[in-house]
Amino acid sequence: MIDVITLFLFNIIVYNIPLLYGTTGEIMIEKSGSLNLGVEGTMAIGAVVGYLAGAKCDSLFVACLVSFIASGLVGLLFSFLTVTLQANQNVTGLTITTFGVAFYYFIGNALSNSEDGWPKLSGTRLDEQSQAIHIPFLSDIPVIGKALLSHGILVYLGVLIAVFMWLYFKKTLPGLKLRAIGENPGAADSLGVNVTLYKYVHIIIGSGIMGIGGLYMGLNMGGTFEGSNCWINGYGWISIALVIFANWSPAKAILGTLIFGFFNTLRVQNAALAYTFPDTLGWLIKIPSHFFSALPFIITLIVLITSSLTSKGKSGEPQAIGRNYYREDR
Amino acid sequence: MKKLISMLVTAALAVTSLFALAGCNAAKGNEGGNGASDFKVGAIYINSQNDTSGYTYAHHHGITEAMKKVGLDPSKDLFIVDNVPEDDEKVKQAIDQLAGNGCNIIFGISFGYINAMEEKAKEYPDIIFSHATGYLSNDKNFNNYFGRIYQARYLAGIAAGYKSLALGNNNIGYVSAWGTEYAETCSGINGFALGVLAVNPDAKISVYEISTWGDQELERQAAETLIDTYGCCVIAQHCDSAQPQIVANEKGVFGCGYNSDMTKEAPNAHLAAPIWNWDAYYATAMKAAMTNPDTFMTEVGNYYEGLNAGLVDVSALSSNCEPQTKEAIELAKKMMIAGEWDVFSGVKLSFSGDAGSVTVEKTNAPLVTNDGTEIVAAGGASVDDGVIQGSMNYYVAGVTQVN
Repeated sequence: MIDVITLFLFNIIVYNIPLLYGTTGEIMIEKSGSLNLGVEGTMAIGAVVGYLAGAKCDSLFVACLVSFIASGLVGLLFSFLTVTLQANQNVTGLTITTFGVAFYYFIGNALSNSEDGWPKLSGTRLDEQSQAIHIPFLSDIPVIGKALLSHGILVYLGVLIAVFMWLYFKKTLPGLKLRAIGENPGAADSLGVNVTLYKYVHIIIGSGIMGIGGLYMGLNMGGTFEGSNCWINGYGWISIALVIFANWSPAKAILGTLIFGFFNTLRVQNAALAYTFPDTLGWLIKIPSHFFSALPFIITLIVLITSSLTSKGKSGEPQAIGRNYYREDR
Repeated sequence: MKKLISMLVTAALAVTSLFALAGCNAAKGNEGGNGASDFKVGAIYINSQNDTSGYTYAHHHGITEAMKKVGLDPSKDLFIVDNVPEDDEKVKQAIDQLAGNGCNIIFGISFGYINAMEEKAKEYPDIIFSHATGYLSNDKNFNNYFGRIYQARYLAGIAAGYKSLALGNNNIGYVSAWGTEYAETCSGINGFALGVLAVNPDAKISVYEISTWGDQELERQAAETLIDTYGCCVIAQHCDSAQPQIVANEKGVFGCGYNSDMTKEAPNAHLAAPIWNWDAYYATAMKAAMTNPDTFMTEVGNYYEGLNAGLVDVSALSSNCEPQTKEAIELAKKMMIAGEWDVFSGVKLSFSGDAGSVTVEKTNAPLVTNDGTEIVAAGGASVDDGVIQGSMNYYVAGVTQVN
């Protein structure tokens, strides 16, 4: 038995880290001035393709690499449609979501019906490699050791990606150029920045990051395919909201993930908290559980409203977001 | 030109994804009846006919198996409209389509199809309409069907009870889609709990309600909470995926799945799962409709069978079960099949003895809810109506909902 506080903190991270992948990936794309609503579909494709490749080669590295490439290809498609062909970004993103989720079910159903069936995770090396890593001494610290320092490698990778992306935006020249494109592609173009190349590269990398998040969700679900419930389960959509929550900053995305994760976990754990601490938290049980189910979304709504009301709240928003750049348009 | 190409590519993507989503939405086997049989079966599914587990899968499997039993060919004589949401207009369209295909009997598997099916039964008096889990019917061509799955849950409860005795841990967990809102989930929880209590009278059954039929992540977290916070040693479930069993397997405790033998998902944890054999009903219904559709309502009528008809059962006991389990389950099963005892009655079973000499004892005891209300007096008959008509909305003593 793990005590309820530790489990609470542990679950915030374990179940919500995919949001960080989705959010940082989307931030990278939006910083280039493109709004990609296809996060859900991109994650689904990365998840299913990466998982299958990982199961085939029995390696977590291959799984990550392939899901990055698969989702990157989806990003390439998005770039081709919106950057080269100037298609409407919203419609293209929505199409990718429909396509990606349908692709997930299509592959999953086809494989499950096949003779060999859907590849199992339990007992494989892939499973072993995605399990929590025990760090000597650090993982043994009470509460914090279990909650923060007993995770699988993909959890740490997600945080690292967010930190590096923050540094990339703030401290490097390509990061600066990217932000310039997001603010005013015409100005960046006139300074000799290759707008099309920058957009392509960052949309592909951002999509690839999302794919690893999708793979994480699949591995976290024990790699079982269910015909009625997609692994991604709406997390792609929440990620898009979290981008605004984080004010387009990868560092704040970590915070946003944790805050959203807190309420997301509270919806499951409220009864356990009330049960363990009847005197101080007993009142939690009196609130209908459906309220807790709605809470993460109520919080998201409140944040969206407040950030829209204050100018500071949206200071990180790229000015040219959602509009295609076409040099001859000027 | 660029715009045109992009529009075409986007449209192509949209169309392919639509096809993938819809699966084989269109009815198959359009070549129609051959000389061998003119009888055609129609089915309306809530999910895809290609599902590999879960509710729609169980019914699709039942229908195809039953068709083979009564000499029909599912590839020719079965017409399906799948992915039909619980929306009256959509259901009516599906029925019209199946009627146009010449179906003689139409099965609708989801509760919310109820009103559309009742209405269309009047419009097509020559077609038999058969609706799962509903409560409406007429005396000519419209019936409903469901089963006493609580009997199978009672049997799974026996397996869980023995496990808890052996482990010396009285806490049993139950991840449930819904609680007392639906008689289906409620009677399942109560049936399971009474099975556990028949073996281990000190057991406490903690129910975690996830408020949705299927959400893998919630199912997983609910099971974790039940194990880590409430110290449960067996996790039973009434939800779509196998996640609760997988969690039990990871955490080294035990579990009872649902709908299919989940030993393959949780080899070290799974004990036995209550399962449906829908083909038992479908074969009965098809046979009656093929022989004489006019007497369908008198021959079959509203169908509500259990262990006796083979409609429900427990999956093969896994090697994780305690040695006494098999005998105890056989004893209880025999009584229910013979109709001499049922779960929600004023008679309580208690099992004792070691493997090889398990005995069952009947004692008169009232059926009491967990807040002390008496539902059935000691020695009284089982509350059939409560389950069939959906009025059961209480937990029996020993059950607590944790959230």
